[in-house]
Amino acid sequence: MALKHIEEYRDSKLSKALVAKIKRTSSRDIRLMEVCGTHTVSIFRSGIRSVLPPTISLLSGPGCPVCVTDQKEIDAFIELSRVEGVIITTFGDLMRVPGTTSSLQKQRAEGKDIRVVYSTFDAIEIAKKNPDRKVVFLGVGFETTAPTIAAAIFSADQMKVTNFSVISAHKLVPPALEALMAAENVMIDGFILPGHVSVIIGEKAYLPFCNHHQIPCVIAGFEPTDILQAISMLVEQVENRAPALENAYSRAVTFEGNTKAQKMLDDVFEPADACWRAIGVIPQSGLKIRQKYEHHDAGKLFDIKVSGSMDPKGCACGEILTGTKTPPECPLYKTICTPIDPVGPCMVSTEGTCAAYYKYHV
Amino acid sequence: MKNDKILLDHGSGGKISHHLTTDMLLPVFDNPILAQLNDGAIFELEGKRIAFSTDSYTVDPIFFPGGNIGDLAINGTVNDVAMCGGQPVYLSVGLIIEEGFPIKDLETIVSEMGRAAKIAGVTVVTGDTKVVPKGAVDKIFINTSGLGLIPRDVDIASHKARPGDQIILSGTIADHGITILTQREGLSFDTSITSDTAALNHMVNQMFAVSKEIHVLRDPTRGGVGTALNEIADKSKMGIRIYEERIPVKTEVAATCELLGFDPLYLANEGKLLAFVSAADTDAVLAAIRQNPFGNDATVIGEVVADHAGRVIMETRIGGSRIVDMLTGEQLPRIC
Repeated sequence: MALKHIEEYRDSKLSKALVAKIKRTSSRDIRLMEVCGTHTVSIFRSGIRSVLPPTISLLSGPGCPVCVTDQKEIDAFIELSRVEGVIITTFGDLMRVPGTTSSLQKQRAEGKDIRVVYSTFDAIEIAKKNPDRKVVFLGVGFETTAPTIAAAIFSADQMKVTNFSVISAHKLVPPALEALMAAENVMIDGFILPGHVSVIIGEKAYLPFCNHHQIPCVIAGFEPTDILQAISMLVEQVENRAPALENAYSRAVTFEGNTKAQKMLDDVFEPADACWRAIGVIPQSGLKIRQKYEHHDAGKLFDIKVSGSMDPKGCACGEILTGTKTPPECPLYKTICTPIDPVGPCMVSTEGTCAAYYKYHV
Repeated sequence: MKNDKILLDHGSGGKISHHLTTDMLLPVFDNPILAQLNDGAIFELEGKRIAFSTDSYTVDPIFFPGGNIGDLAINGTVNDVAMCGGQPVYLSVGLIIEEGFPIKDLETIVSEMGRAAKIAGVTVVTGDTKVVPKGAVDKIFINTSGLGLIPRDVDIASHKARPGDQIILSGTIADHGITILTQREGLSFDTSITSDTAALNHMVNQMFAVSKEIHVLRDPTRGGVGTALNEIADKSKMGIRIYEERIPVKTEVAATCELLGFDPLYLANEGKLLAFVSAADTDAVLAAIRQNPFGNDATVIGEVVADHAGRVIMETRIGGSRIVDMLTGEQLPRIC
C-alpha cells in the first residue's frame, strides 16, 4: 500500500536521529533556501524549523506557482473570464489570488463560468461537452505540471477539440535559481532543490548552475525525513567546504529525469522570457506554446488587453519570494494582510510563504 | 479588496463563516442564548433544560458511499442536540425539491430518513415540503431542527474546557469529507472510503452514564477537528495541545489527502465527536466510547493547557511544534 511507504518517511525515530546529527555537525551560521512551495508547507506542517539548531536559517524561495505569477497575468485571466461564451478552467490555487481589481473567485460569484479542475484532461472533457463554448485552461505552474498540460494540448489537437485552449504562464526553476544568485542582497549558502520538478527535469538540469556557482545543492523529497536528510547533507557540504549537487530523493529522481515528459514539453512549448511577480523579467524562464499549436494558444486566440495592473501597495511579496525578507518583516503581515483578506498572493496560496507562516509558525 | 458578494467561503465553516455569523447575524438577533454559539441553543423552559438546534443539508452528491442527504440530515441534527448534552426527542423536516426530481430518489431519501430516525430513537413530528422551478435549487435541500431534554446533572458548553482536561476523539477523521470530495464531478477516484455518518446520541448517553465530568462535546463537522478545537480554545480562553501521532486517520484517507493537498484536520466528519473530560474520568469515558460501535478507534489526542490561551498547538511526529489555525475558507486543491 502506497501510504505504508509514506509512513516510513514520517518515522519519528529516524527524524529525531537526523536532527541529532544536524545539531552535532552544524557549527557555522548558514542560510538554506527551499525553492519549492510544497517544501515550504511540509517544513512548516512538520515543525522542522522548531527542531533545527539556531545556526541554521531556512528561507522560502520563489517556488509557489501562483505567487510568482505576474499581476498582469492574473488580471488577464480575470479579463478572459469576462469574455462572452468562455468557460475558464483552472487548478484551485488560483481562485482566490487577488488581481488589481477582482479575483477569479469573485468573478465566479458574479456569475462568470469558472470551474476548478483537478486535471487538464477534465478541461478537455468540459470542452467536448460544450462544443458551442470556448474552454480556456489557465496554465500556471513549473516543470511539474507543464508536461501534463503539454500532453493535454497535444491530445486536444489529435482529437480535434478545437474549442480548447491554454493560456501559458508557466515558469522554469533553473533560470530562477540563476536570477536569485544574481540578485542584490540575496545571501544563500545552499539550496534544497524541488523534488517534483526534478522528477521531470532530472539532476542533469542543475549541473551547469551548480558548477558555475559552486554552491551546495541537494534535491529533496517532501516527507519530514526527506527534508531533514537534505538539510543534513547541505550542512556537511558547508562544513567540509565541499559544494556539490547531491540527490536525496533518488527513489524518484534520476540523472536524466523523465525523458518522455521532456519530449512532450519540447514538442508543445518553447522557452521564452517570463515576468515573475515583483522580481521582473527573467530571460528564458517561461514557456510559450509553439506556433504549430497556436490554434490552442488562448494568448493568441483572444485579444485580451490589460492596463493599469498594479502590484498590491506596500506588499513585500518580491522580497519574500527571494528570501531577502521574512513575512513578519512586511508591515502588512497580520495587520491588514491575513488569509481572510489577503493583499498579496503569498498570503492567499496554500503554498505561499506568508500563509504558511500565519497558519503554522509558533 | 472587501467582499460585496457572498462567496462559497462564507459557508465553509471556517473563519469567514464565523465572521458572517458574529458581524451580521449576531447583532441583529442579539440575545444571550444565541451569543453562546454552541452547536445548538441551550435554555430553560418551564423548569426544563432544553437543547434546540437547526441545520440545512445541501450536500452534493446527494447519494454517496455510506449514506445520502436523508440520513445525513437526521444524524446531523441529532448530533447537534446531543453535543449540547441534550437527549434528542423530536425533529422537524423541511424539504426543498427541484422540479423534475425523480420520485424514486425522493422515496429512497425519505425512507433512509425514517430508518435513521428509528436508529437514533427520535420522532419526526412536523414538516414542510416546497417544490421550486428547475435550477432554483440543486436537486434537493433538506432542513431539520431538533429538540432534546438536557438531564439535570449535565452541563456541557463550548466555553467550559478547563486546564488538565483530556481531549478524546471518537475515531478516524476526514472520512466524510474525503468521500464527498472524491465523489464530486472531475474527481472520479475508485476508493473504498465511505462516509462516517451516524447518530451519536447513544454514545453520548453511554458517556454520561460513567462520568459527570464531561465539560465540552463537539461533533467536528464542517471545518473539521482543526476548526472545532480552535472554537473551543477561543470560547474557553484556554490553550489546546494535540499530538499528531495520536490522531487516527485511515490509510486511504491520508493517502488521498496527500495526493490532493488537503489537510485531514480541516475535513468534515459526520459521525465523530470530541469530548473534553477531566483527567480522572478519562479512562472511564474512553472505555464507554469504545464500547459503542462507532467509537472503536477512540483515543486521547491531547489536553487543555493554561498557556497560549485561544490557540491550538500540535506536536508534530518529528517532535516539532506548529499552530493548528482555524480554516479560513473552502479548502482548494493545490497545483503541484
